[in-house]
Amino acid sequence: MKTNENPYIPYYATLEDTWFETGGERAIKTFKVVFDDEEVRKNWSHSPGQCAMIGVLGVGESMISISCSPTEGEFLRFSVMKMGKVTQALHQLEAGDKMTVRGPYGNSFPLDEWEGKHILTIGGGIGQAPMRPVVEYVKANYEKYGGLTMIYGARTSGDLCFKNEFEEMTRDDDLSCHLTIDIEEEQWDHNVGFVPQVLLDVNPSPENTIAVTCGPPIMIRFVLENLKKLGFEDDQIYTTLENRMKCGIGKCGRCNAGNMYVCKDGPVFNYATLKEIPEAFA
Amino acid sequence: MSAMLLNKEKWPEFVGKLTGKKIWAPQGEGQEMRFAPLDEGDAPALEYGNTRVPPKQALFPQTETLFRFQLGREDVEVPELEEEVVLLGVRPCDARSMAIVDNLFSWEEDDPYYFKRRELVTLVGLACSEPGLNCFCTSVGGGPASTEGLDLLMTDLGEHYLLEAVTEKGESLLKEAGDLLEEADDDKVKEKEQLIEESKGAIKRSLDTEGIPEGLPGLWEDPLWQRVSASCLGCGTCTYLCPTCHCFDIQDEVEGFAARRCRMWDSCMFGEYTLHTSGHNPRPTRRERTRNRINHKYSYFVDKFDVIACVGCGRCVNLCPVNIDIVEILKQVKEAL
Repeated sequence: MKTNENPYIPYYATLEDTWFETGGERAIKTFKVVFDDEEVRKNWSHSPGQCAMIGVLGVGESMISISCSPTEGEFLRFSVMKMGKVTQALHQLEAGDKMTVRGPYGNSFPLDEWEGKHILTIGGGIGQAPMRPVVEYVKANYEKYGGLTMIYGARTSGDLCFKNEFEEMTRDDDLSCHLTIDIEEEQWDHNVGFVPQVLLDVNPSPENTIAVTCGPPIMIRFVLENLKKLGFEDDQIYTTLENRMKCGIGKCGRCNAGNMYVCKDGPVFNYATLKEIPEAFA
Repeated sequence: MSAMLLNKEKWPEFVGKLTGKKIWAPQGEGQEMRFAPLDEGDAPALEYGNTRVPPKQALFPQTETLFRFQLGREDVEVPELEEEVVLLGVRPCDARSMAIVDNLFSWEEDDPYYFKRRELVTLVGLACSEPGLNCFCTSVGGGPASTEGLDLLMTDLGEHYLLEAVTEKGESLLKEAGDLLEEADDDKVKEKEQLIEESKGAIKRSLDTEGIPEGLPGLWEDPLWQRVSASCLGCGTCTYLCPTCHCFDIQDEVEGFAARRCRMWDSCMFGEYTLHTSGHNPRPTRRERTRNRINHKYSYFVDKFDVIACVGCGRCVNLCPVNIDIVEILKQVKEAL
């Protein structure tokens, strides 16, 4: 399929593997996909924080963050919550089926600039999807960074994504990995409490540290408040936004937060920039 | 090329010379006029104010197929765009809107559909000698004889049209018309200039935009947004009929196994435009949507492309069912600054 000249035409990718992260009506399913076209596979390059338009022809497309780091291999991962028309169609796909992918879109976390610094990620629910590539990237280039602290929470243990790999991380002495759920459960031996509170309990030092956060708006609001309490400056804090999108290339208009297009100027924003945009947390 | 004169008696012949190209011209009556393809052999009457729907559809159709496909098959087919189109009688504000929207469709990455049409379309403008009731082009950088975006400008001088080429495309139209034209003398050119000056003087609405682009975002929580949007019905007329509005939705349409992915005009005045799947809406009411519409045109677009995304055509004022008036809104903005 010829594509490059026309940004609206997607590539095909085949599902190599797929599994459920969480269950229930709004289940989250992860898709590990590989581009069909070898040339596309070779030319594709993405960075942690970027998104892609994935979809099913005849149904439509949704903008989804790429939830793997390029250091993991020549494949892409997307973790998708079943919410609307397109995500329901995606959830029906099984290994061997195809989805459409175009992108990658948006800017990315400035991981080069962050070399030498301690990286702190604070995620909630499906908000961990765009942060997983940061975690994986830092793990793969561990000698370049001053360490990694990860705080991740969800309502219940059943709502946590990437649980197995993260539980493994909690046993790694090099990493500081903290999982939390909102309400006490039997056989749960990690934290209990809201993510912003766990952040205060972990009490990370702001010195030479970059904090990255993504999750529900209400969580982000309190995480930002608590980061300030811990002494973090605005320019040490990053987050990633999402808005409804159609084109992904700055034309269709709808994803703007103030004068910023989330698809082009974002999705990654430094808090110093973001707090000047009145609509950013709307 | 210098200015040329076309005797109006030769107008049908001039139009007849545009063979091989599809001609779009204003058709219909009174307020109902819109640009539409002309039947062969017809010569359009160019005595009109402006069309209700702007000619933006020539570059950005209301619904446009991005590609066709068959369900279950992998190959997709992109429609070939090859028909050359001449738009006859475009008002300078509408042509200018295209030059403004070019900025967006070429931002970092060209939109292939828009620019293919841009290449295929020739814009023949008609200077305004009688501005409409709510025209305010001169307040936002335009004018009754602005040539921005045009290939050729025509001015009605009574018995004649004065023709001035703006681009190579315009010049080649003049060359094709060849012997139908005569060179315009200085008097005719002066006559045009005077006509345009009078036309400018006849524009009744005005607005001082100084300070607005920088100041607008600072009025985020100002009570004026509640005030100016209170009567809004959310019908979207202001955006559909706006020549610079360019937002679109993308949808798949399926009939049996035949399907197409298409894009269609959308409006920031609709709730669904920004509605997240979760049910959360960053612009939940008409207050936020109106605020975004005004900010986008008069501030965000200026930030990115250094030009106001409004050409002062007055359509949104003329056709709003509850008489919301962008000039009045901006006057309130100005007072609140």
